[in-house]
Amino acid sequence: MDQLIFASEVMLNGLMTGVMYALVALGFVLIFKASGVFNYAQGVLALFAALTLVGIQNGQVPFAHLINAAFGTSLHHFGWTVPSILAVALTALVMVGLAFLIEKLVLQHLVGQEPIILFMATIGLAYFLEGLGDVMWGADIKTLDVGLPQGISESIESVTDSWFGYGYFIDRLDIWATVIAALLVAALVAFAQYTKQGRAMRAVADDHQAALSVGISLRFIWVMVWSIAGFVALVAGIMWGTKSGVQFSLSLIALKALPVLMLGGFTSIPGAIVGGLIIGVGEKLFEFAIGPMVGGATENWFAYVLALLFLVFRPQGLFGERIIERV
Amino acid sequence: MKLKFPAIVAAATMLAAPAMADLIVPNMSYRTGPYAANGIPYADGFADYFTLLNERDGGIGGQKVQVPECETAYNTEKGVECYEALKSQNPLVLNPLSTGITYQLIPKIGVDGITLYTPGYGRTSAKDGSVFEWVFNAPANYWDGASVAVKHILDQEGGDLTGSKIALVYHNSAYGKEPIRTLQELSKKHGFELSELPVDAPGQEQKSQWLQIRRDKPDYVIMYAWGVMNQVAIQEAVNIRFPMDKFIGIWWSGSENDVKPAGAGAEGYKALTFHGVGQEYPLYDDLKQYVYDAGKAAGAGDQTGTVLYSRGAYAALVIAEAIAKAQELAGTAEINAAQMRDGFEALDITAERMVELGLPDFGAPIQLSCENHGGDGLGRIQQWDAAAGQWNLITDFIEPDAEILDPLIKEDSQAYASEAGLTPRCN
Repeated sequence: MDQLIFASEVMLNGLMTGVMYALVALGFVLIFKASGVFNYAQGVLALFAALTLVGIQNGQVPFAHLINAAFGTSLHHFGWTVPSILAVALTALVMVGLAFLIEKLVLQHLVGQEPIILFMATIGLAYFLEGLGDVMWGADIKTLDVGLPQGISESIESVTDSWFGYGYFIDRLDIWATVIAALLVAALVAFAQYTKQGRAMRAVADDHQAALSVGISLRFIWVMVWSIAGFVALVAGIMWGTKSGVQFSLSLIALKALPVLMLGGFTSIPGAIVGGLIIGVGEKLFEFAIGPMVGGATENWFAYVLALLFLVFRPQGLFGERIIERV
Repeated sequence: MKLKFPAIVAAATMLAAPAMADLIVPNMSYRTGPYAANGIPYADGFADYFTLLNERDGGIGGQKVQVPECETAYNTEKGVECYEALKSQNPLVLNPLSTGITYQLIPKIGVDGITLYTPGYGRTSAKDGSVFEWVFNAPANYWDGASVAVKHILDQEGGDLTGSKIALVYHNSAYGKEPIRTLQELSKKHGFELSELPVDAPGQEQKSQWLQIRRDKPDYVIMYAWGVMNQVAIQEAVNIRFPMDKFIGIWWSGSENDVKPAGAGAEGYKALTFHGVGQEYPLYDDLKQYVYDAGKAAGAGDQTGTVLYSRGAYAALVIAEAIAKAQELAGTAEINAAQMRDGFEALDITAERMVELGLPDFGAPIQLSCENHGGDGLGRIQQWDAAAGQWNLITDFIEPDAEILDPLIKEDSQAYASEAGLTPRCN
């Protein structure tokens, strides 16, 4: 009985963790859906967004080290702090500006190129952004606090304790992540279904050439999609950065999204969510049940095994579009 | 005047390369990548100490110390590339600050005749100088750390751990696995139950491990982590309300970077250290006068006095003392790599010498020999004061359990000697 209770606690935590993975996967899906590009830089976008958010919040002078080295000054901070909401809004604006620059300086010159060329461009972009983030905001670990609560939910603990004689652990940050992810997905779906720009985005996703022929601006759609992906990266950066502090390993969260994408499909927003949940629950339950027998640390590889298993039966992923090419 | 290309190349090479007589002590640093936040303060401390010696004393024995930097990004392949690149500059000693890189370099340095200094990391059994002729890991190694942690726990529990439960949360790598054997032996000796919880790199997701800790309720948790795994583990421990004064990290899990993201929740967290904390040492007056105020500080100059800065400076201090000893033995200031190794083997840093160096009681005395390349392995416990934002030393230096460690080190080094076809020396 105890094992069953523990397993259900692990499963609930797996679901919550899955939402965190899905938040990262969403950014990949958006860009792939609209442009057929696997955006290698998505993890770095999350890092860059989180660095920018903390920098703005703390009133940090961007490029301070560079300025000080060039002019012999000793600038670090402006001496003010910015409220979290305003800082998030300003960071979102920065991400829109970044999307504009990416389109103007990189994507615009690669229109009509093979997807692999665009993929290579995003690899270059990832390393450039990582370096830019370092020069702009420094490499130290920054504490991120936008007011999200962390730690055990005592109400869930006491309720489950009264029911099962064992208080479940659920992190309040994970609960918030779930709520925010649900709102984000609902907003994205509503945007795609009910707005003119959203419909244009779907048209581009379906067929670039056909969309162009009816007057849809590919450039505008790319800027828009990269802006939205930048905003999603900001949300993922906030969630993961609150947990571990904002540091350069934040870009590695992209690795957690890959099995989710393989499982959920590269073109489906609901797929990213469901894929995340399956990976989260699957890896946690496997670690709980089998991990102790094989020395533990199974989560990283088991997520990929699970994704591969699904791929065998549905190569396009659970919710991906089946591509049939007639010759 | 027309300059010919070979002349330009020759001139550029002369400008770029250190003067022939200089002492070359490379700084294998990582200022980029996921571990940069830890690599930067260490590299700054290492460089600043040598800058101080150059500016204040004119170097060591009248010879300036050159500290060429090579970026490893804490990546083993890049570390080996750095080694190959630095080799041509005739370095006296290398300090790669990575257990992975150390393992790759150990077979190479024996052939090339370059000393490897790995304080507090690397291959533990390199302490056995009869097998590892060119490697030194004083003042303490991973196994010393595990033993010192258990001794501290014994002290907290009135000397009896029978029936107690200790969990080891470790980085699932060669580094993280180092203390397992030692802790297994110590659990047999003291009667505690040991559970091992590996975390895959980088360690951003540790929910499973901490749920298990919450279920199993160990009395103490010992952690061997690095980078983001530290911050996440400490936050998860706070989340499950694990008592922080019963959570002890190895020295690589005990910097300001590791505790600050968890805020007030990290109050009371403990970590091992093999050196002092803070800036309340006379050495810092000299650093301020000759390095910081002179605008010669490495990096952004904002890491002064942090745990990892202190550790980098301490590593440089030990190397500098070994150079001085080598010069004394060789009767010349212009020593070579083989003489540098001799200097390490004859190293004797006493408590009085630490006072002269401006770091009283900062590190335990270090006395090395042909057989002993690792010193006495003493460690202290530091505890985080979240309100003050500083580490406080809460114990004196604690000796590790030689009765357990010495046979383990002998066993491991002998196994390496057989595998590598080495004949033990020092007879």
